[in-house]
Amino acid sequence: MSTDGTSLRTAEMEPDDRVEPGEREGGPVDPSVTDPATTDATIIGSPMRKSSKPQTTAPTAPTAAAPAKQGLSVRLEALKAFYGASEQVKGVDLEFRANEVTAIIGPSGCGKSTMVRCINRMHEEIPGARAEGRVLLDDFDVYDPSVDVVAVRRAIGMVFQKPNPFPTMSVFDNVASGLRLSSRGRGELHKKVETALRGAGLWDEVSGRLSEPGAGLSGGQQQRLCIARSLAVDPEVILMDEPCSALDPIATLKIEELIAELKSRVTIVIVTHNMQQAARVADRTAFMLSGQLVEVGPTEDIFTKPSDSRTEEYVTGKFG
Amino acid sequence: MNAQTPSSEKLARFNVSPARRRRDRIARGTILAATVLALIPLLLIVYYLLSKGLSSWSPSFFTTDPTGNTFFKSSSIGGIKSAIFGTIEMVALASVIAVPIGVGVAVWLVEYGKNSWFAQLVRFFIDVLTGVPSIVFGLFIYIVLIVGTGSSFAGYKGALALSLLMLPVVTRSAEVILLLVPGALRESALALGAPRWRVIFSIVLPTALPGMVTGVLLAVARAAGETAPLLFTAAAAKATSFNLGGFMNSLPVQIYSDVTSPTTAVVNRAWGAALTLVVMILLLNLIARLIARRSRLA
Repeated sequence: MSTDGTSLRTAEMEPDDRVEPGEREGGPVDPSVTDPATTDATIIGSPMRKSSKPQTTAPTAPTAAAPAKQGLSVRLEALKAFYGASEQVKGVDLEFRANEVTAIIGPSGCGKSTMVRCINRMHEEIPGARAEGRVLLDDFDVYDPSVDVVAVRRAIGMVFQKPNPFPTMSVFDNVASGLRLSSRGRGELHKKVETALRGAGLWDEVSGRLSEPGAGLSGGQQQRLCIARSLAVDPEVILMDEPCSALDPIATLKIEELIAELKSRVTIVIVTHNMQQAARVADRTAFMLSGQLVEVGPTEDIFTKPSDSRTEEYVTGKFG
Repeated sequence: MNAQTPSSEKLARFNVSPARRRRDRIARGTILAATVLALIPLLLIVYYLLSKGLSSWSPSFFTTDPTGNTFFKSSSIGGIKSAIFGTIEMVALASVIAVPIGVGVAVWLVEYGKNSWFAQLVRFFIDVLTGVPSIVFGLFIYIVLIVGTGSSFAGYKGALALSLLMLPVVTRSAEVILLLVPGALRESALALGAPRWRVIFSIVLPTALPGMVTGVLLAVARAAGETAPLLFTAAAAKATSFNLGGFMNSLPVQIYSDVTSPTTAVVNRAWGAALTLVVMILLLNLIARLIARRSRLA
């Protein structure tokens, strides 16, 4: 993985940036941010600042020491989300640790999807919708007025409930679309597309038909194509909004295996209705109810010894 | 029903009752009759166009300009070359003006204006424009560009009148098609970190293209068949002209002036011209559909 486009881009960044992944080499840094030293170090190398600067540093050859890209932590602070006057997310404080899979469970309409859409600022695309509070991507507030939304969305990818490859594009173009749409398609496009498709576990199945329409793949393949599409832009975080709810069990299994593989390079937030799925894929699980976070903790604890009685009732199927 | 009802009678309630069957037949018959009724005038038009128009078609019909010698024998009246070229030139110019503006307005309405009061106002005026009789556009251009400037008739003035006529049709149809583009596609493109204008140009417009072509064609067909906006803007002319600044002939105006002629041969030329117009629009339709199908991957 160290020779692919991923590490190339890392190498293009300023030198001070390289310190950051190095610090984490011993595994994901605990981002509960009680340690002020971690906070300081990460503020310097926040990716958002970087992408706004012109990349003047010539891409030096990636050294062997350049580690593969890692995910970033996401922290919600008093996050509220509104549709017009109705408050759907009512002040959530929640942390998604870097390079972990966090599942969000809860009954329909509890604000799971809305909350997740606030993380990459997709919520505000709905007319009349707005969000309050802070969303910190590695201590960088994505709601800061100086922030470019486009840069936020490049750092935080998203996979939707229904597989939605672009119908006018081929398999290849679908994966390349993120790079092209953000004007980063110059050079190595083929390599980046292949890397992304391999990353999504789809390369072996589609390498012979890259020029065929993306919409011609099966549902499960389409969803993995969508994952490849978001991987191609090289995000630090991937949000998945019920990615398997439109898929059959075998396709679901493949996506779940993929999630387990992907977490070494990205932080994953997955909204799911399927509690077994949460139990299978997630390191930590958060339970939401009517716009509020009830409980968050290691997945095993949430399912075996929840501290809140409402969580217990939900995971044991008493309601929801 | 009481308990003593024989079982055969019980089963009978699952049969379609004669009354229902009758109503079904009447309803189906009515719909079929309506369809046939609607087809009759269409078929008659095609029949008359072919039977009367084809007889005046000949190679020289398309290659000569009308001579204006309408009182002599039929061989000397000339063809409709100038009208064909005039129509093509003016409709092309009108499309070049109306299509980008119309699509632009539609994109603004769907992607930016949405339900704001200004967007609603724009929609209202577009609807009003759609209902404006075509002669009003002709009069408007006549008053502004001919009477107002004291200048003469010109092909480009005709094209402007036609573009005014096309604009609301293009806008409305493009808006409807753009609304059909699934929001999920826009969302997934935005979530990839694409700027909004990129999403519109690379995702929304290509997806909507086949539908928009249909809408544009509808507008082109309507403009190509209009007489009124051209009567006092481009006027009628005899010679073929490639100068949009001068008088310019067109098929509808040619037809209009020909059918009012007392000479049978000239009236027949009107039929020939009408058939030509219909065939041209049909060809355009086929070509555009082919292009639209090619451009789509599926």
